[in-house]
Amino acid sequence: MPEFPPDSVGLVTPQTAHFDDPLTLACGRTLPAYDLVYETYGTLNAERSNAVLICHALSGHHHAAGYHSADERKPGWWDAHIGPGKSIDTNRFFVVSVNNLGGCHGSTGPNRTNPATGRLWGPDFPMMTVGDWVHSQARLAARLGIERFAAVIGGSLGGMQALQWALTYPERVANAAVIAATPKLTAQNIAFNEVARQAIRSDPDFCEGWYAEHDTAPRRGLKLARMVGHITYLSEDAMGSKFGRDLRTADLNFGYDVEFQVESYLRYQGDTFSSAFDANTYLLMTKALDYFDPAAAHGGNLARAVAPSQCPFLVVSFSSDWRFSPSRSRELANALIRAGKPVSYVDIDSPHGHDAFLLPEPRYQAVFSAFMSRAARELGLEESA
Amino acid sequence: MRTDLELIHRWVPEGAHILDLACGDGTLLAALARDKGVTGYGLEIDADGITACIAKGVSVIEQNLDEGLANFEDDSYDLVVMTQALQALRRPDRMLDEMLRVADECIITFPNFAYWRHRVHLGIRGYMPVSKSLPHAWYDTPNIHLSTFNDFEHLCREKGLTITDRAVGIRDHEGHWTSRLWPNLFGEIAIFRVGRQHG
Repeated sequence: MPEFPPDSVGLVTPQTAHFDDPLTLACGRTLPAYDLVYETYGTLNAERSNAVLICHALSGHHHAAGYHSADERKPGWWDAHIGPGKSIDTNRFFVVSVNNLGGCHGSTGPNRTNPATGRLWGPDFPMMTVGDWVHSQARLAARLGIERFAAVIGGSLGGMQALQWALTYPERVANAAVIAATPKLTAQNIAFNEVARQAIRSDPDFCEGWYAEHDTAPRRGLKLARMVGHITYLSEDAMGSKFGRDLRTADLNFGYDVEFQVESYLRYQGDTFSSAFDANTYLLMTKALDYFDPAAAHGGNLARAVAPSQCPFLVVSFSSDWRFSPSRSRELANALIRAGKPVSYVDIDSPHGHDAFLLPEPRYQAVFSAFMSRAARELGLEESA
Repeated sequence: MRTDLELIHRWVPEGAHILDLACGDGTLLAALARDKGVTGYGLEIDADGITACIAKGVSVIEQNLDEGLANFEDDSYDLVVMTQALQALRRPDRMLDEMLRVADECIITFPNFAYWRHRVHLGIRGYMPVSKSLPHAWYDTPNIHLSTFNDFEHLCREKGLTITDRAVGIRDHEGHWTSRLWPNLFGEIAIFRVGRQHG
């Protein structure tokens, strides 16, 4: 048996659920059939009342906690918060983490084959919205026999899905945690996304999205997109304290090779990401972000948009997050207040910018644990084991 | 429960929708929700207090009271409660206006600076009072606007507000008889129930 930390969910194996019911999407197109890849941690109780859904962010996937093998260098992306005794305590909760449609980690998406054509979906994969993802996740829940989630939880784009869940399926969500998210993107957010998209689409290797058929990939474009994105995930202070103006070598070399440490870091991040992520997925995920605006259908009135929700909310922001700043989370909290909904809002003091939602931080963990423990108590969930 | 909270618990009507400013660990809101079906929100800035509220299932918003209540609409609550925070605000008078914009009634408690023990401290011994209701030293106290039972009554009169109820308590001994006689002298904690101007 491989050795994993005692507060880890340990070895996990992704599963695949296939769906043959066509899914009609917001864009007007229909997915005739699709796969969803997901992982689960913990044990579903007999009443099926202890399930928690984890929704992932822009570059996320289903592998939120634990290890795929003894050799895996790093655990899942939210391992800091999911596991025995952690905020989302797998001794109490049965955690479901799903790769969204349009993703590139196994669920039906641009890098999978379109059965109708026999080609990869590529750029022909339909545009997805947060609402579409929520509908597909609801079908997975039904498949797993989960009538109502004890909590739906997500950070960033995942937080938008948690919010949408509470509005679309209010009777199927007992609690919602919306972390480092926003009820809609600002013009600046959309602008950054557009720079990322243009970086990808103007790469000569993009081939109008059919790069896989040409045995290539727009790696330079995706690298640039990730570099720009990464800047928005960190705070100025975090970048400053991590790199300052540190040089890679003792002296300036008066050239365009890497001179400053921050350049080296960004290039490394971009390279790693662009060799592992699908450009078409990145494009459609950024569009899903741009489209999200539940208030739009209510004349911009967010309080009216959240009126259908029936669950307590936890809204969390991070002080140095300038991608989805604390004021965006307050906007959501205030709308819930105006609608008279139960909501707690917490602004965590953190130097780590938007990425803070992924990291462990004592106050963040205390708040998150308190919310989840109260949820468990109200649902009468016992600790297993 | 603290004596001032016990009294407020009695005063809050069944099923009221309330705001509790500086709600601490949410003790009052949790008790009111359980016993009287009261709904609403607590506002707090202390991290441990906020976590304790969340653990109790009390809806709590991290918000600095000095920034006002602009995110709460006019007349959207039955009652606004603020216990032991008035003296720590930058502009207590403006907060009173804000509270009575959001609801037509509010309950406020604060340490009475004219309490006889405080007078002894200052008037006879010549030191800034330190007591159970004013536990800080002069240099680290958050209490920047200390006032007396009489001062507060005067402010309400100046603003044309209606005092519907008032009481004073001794921190550990609620309803001490002497407090009814000379509240400004014998009351350690002042509790006011204030309504909007009539007519």
